Amino acid sequence: MAERCAVIGVGQTAYRTRRPDVSVPGLLREAAARALEDAGLTWTDIDAVVIGKAPDLFEGMTHPEAYLADALGAAGKPIMRVHTAGSVGGSTALVAASLVRGGVHDRVLTIAYEKQSESNATWALTVNTPFTTSLVVGAGGYFAPHIRAYMRRSGAPDHVGTLVAVKDRENALKNPYAHLKIPGISREMVEATPMLWEPIRYLETCPSSDGACAMVLASESAARRAPRPAAWVHGTAMRSEPIFFAGRDTVSPQGGKDCAADVYRQAGITDPRAELDCAEVYVPFSWYEPMWLENLGFCGEGEGWKLTESGATALTGDIPWNPSGGVLSSNPIGASGMIRFAEAALQVRGMAGEHQVDGARRALGHAYGGGAQFFAMWIVGSDRP
Amino acid sequence: MASEPNHVLEFPGGYTRSVGPVIGRFLSELRDGRIVGVRTAGGRVLVPPAEYDPDTGEDTTREFVEVGPAGTVTTWAWVPEPRPGHPLDRPFAWALIRPDGADTALLHALDVGDHAEPPRLLKTGLRVRPKWRAERTGGIGDIECFRPEVTMITAPTRLEYRLRGGRALDRFLEGIEQGKIIGHRCDVCGQVIVPMKGLCPKDGVPTTQEVELPDTGTVTTFAVNNLPDPRAPEVPFVSAYILLDGAGLTMLTLVAGLPADQVRMGMRVRAAWRPRAEWTRAMSNIKWFEPLDEPDVPFDDIKDYL
Repeated sequence: MAERCAVIGVGQTAYRTRRPDVSVPGLLREAAARALEDAGLTWTDIDAVVIGKAPDLFEGMTHPEAYLADALGAAGKPIMRVHTAGSVGGSTALVAASLVRGGVHDRVLTIAYEKQSESNATWALTVNTPFTTSLVVGAGGYFAPHIRAYMRRSGAPDHVGTLVAVKDRENALKNPYAHLKIPGISREMVEATPMLWEPIRYLETCPSSDGACAMVLASESAARRAPRPAAWVHGTAMRSEPIFFAGRDTVSPQGGKDCAADVYRQAGITDPRAELDCAEVYVPFSWYEPMWLENLGFCGEGEGWKLTESGATALTGDIPWNPSGGVLSSNPIGASGMIRFAEAALQVRGMAGEHQVDGARRALGHAYGGGAQFFAMWIVGSDRP
Repeated sequence: MASEPNHVLEFPGGYTRSVGPVIGRFLSELRDGRIVGVRTAGGRVLVPPAEYDPDTGEDTTREFVEVGPAGTVTTWAWVPEPRPGHPLDRPFAWALIRPDGADTALLHALDVGDHAEPPRLLKTGLRVRPKWRAERTGGIGDIECFRPEVTMITAPTRLEYRLRGGRALDRFLEGIEQGKIIGHRCDVCGQVIVPMKGLCPKDGVPTTQEVELPDTGTVTTFAVNNLPDPRAPEVPFVSAYILLDGAGLTMLTLVAGLPADQVRMGMRVRAAWRPRAEWTRAMSNIKWFEPLDEPDVPFDDIKDYL
């Protein structure tokens, strides 16, 4: 049985289109210092650092664990980098958690970041070798056909994507760190924006953001001395699968289903909709809310869009999804997964401010990446497991 | 532009000017690479320094204060066509620059790079620093101009490869060079993998059994891309997953030959090959897939390939 592990500090930068006022180390230190302050700790209290970022071609930066070690107070301490495409923020937190759960360290700083203003994700995702011709133009070009497949398979009406686009942006208005703030956001506004990759409209996609997110994870003894409430880790799981193989379900990948089943089993959850109080789920394109509702077992197959349409996933619904505004409102890609994990922790600590889900005691943090190939999830709770 | 002069009046060698103790100190400090101001009785720091406080008419204190060298632009005017006597020979701005620690601003030329129009970075509040001449003589021209502070660098990034396709991909492209589409059948699941990789990603076993597939297939799903791409014939263009007849998985290709809004899931298509003389060992031998005059395939037949 693993040691207990808790989140005792969370730090975020505000997410913005560009942060030309800070270097990458400066951006990270802003988030890390806030996480340390939240945990009542200083740099010297940290035993190890686990860092995650977007794939190297995005901003042409390799070996962040070497480049950023000093900036993160890691001189003379273990530091490692995690790399799982867009899910990296989640899996970075999970690697950090494993260092605590394995009894190796008492206090681990985990951090993820991206400066998309000085990065080019579309170029990085579109580069070719002489032997192959990829026809994918950016992430939207990759995911649009799979969204179309979901719509056809489930019979979902066309407007469901716009509901998520509105709901998550309404939530963002309550989150001081969120990037996109669109007062009066409405379905009409979303529908009036152009199709980028049909069936994905402009306002049904995530923004490009600069930002960083950090957490301090602690062992039980360290968590007892923390000044603020802890979010206890009730379960962690990662899965991956190849991008192309015969029989692959690209709409609802088996890797996601297996990952969810694993994390629910660890947390003793049999009915996620009933037993979780909220979820922060990686939804970079609006239609991924109904798709992941099904993949994560919050409803049966083909029922996800009905749950979204019913309002169940709104902040006032029975199972709020992305009360922070989600990836649709803030997207420093390398950090987006960790923000989901951190926001889940803030909810069960009762520290989510205006977007707090009343009485939230158990929450899911979720991230996915690549061609929906990498999955990372955790469940955190107010109660010590 | 003024016309060329037809008469010049020039005092031989230039008039001399005694600069006095205050401007003299300012110019001497400039020659040493420093900017100084003078403090007024009221405590303000004037740059350039003066012998008197322009607000009160009283003498200044003669207390010199080093300021800058960095400063802030308080206002500016753009010079699109520099004149012969101007300090720069490309478009620049005259700017009032308040050095850090000063209460007044200094007029100087501001070089913001090679721009015909004022660039976006040029605005009140811009942080700037002087560009000193190597050889200084004690004049305002010892500062050649001011320049914006460094806020960004570029990091050239280039990787060089010697790529090889590998056995399976080489064999696949050998087929493409001859107008054939070759796949591998997995001995375990029986599915045909195209383009083959020499292994079945699902069963984790090597594959060697070659199968030639027709160049016809069915669109399973697709995106209508409204963003331009150099490889696509036009905007909008359709990128589609196509299940070749007999294949166990789809491949991503362009679909053309009909308006984008008429592409359908289940639509039958055939590869449009470039003229034989243009064939090389590359997938680009197939330009795209075009519609076949056949009825659409029912959704049930393709739903397991999504």
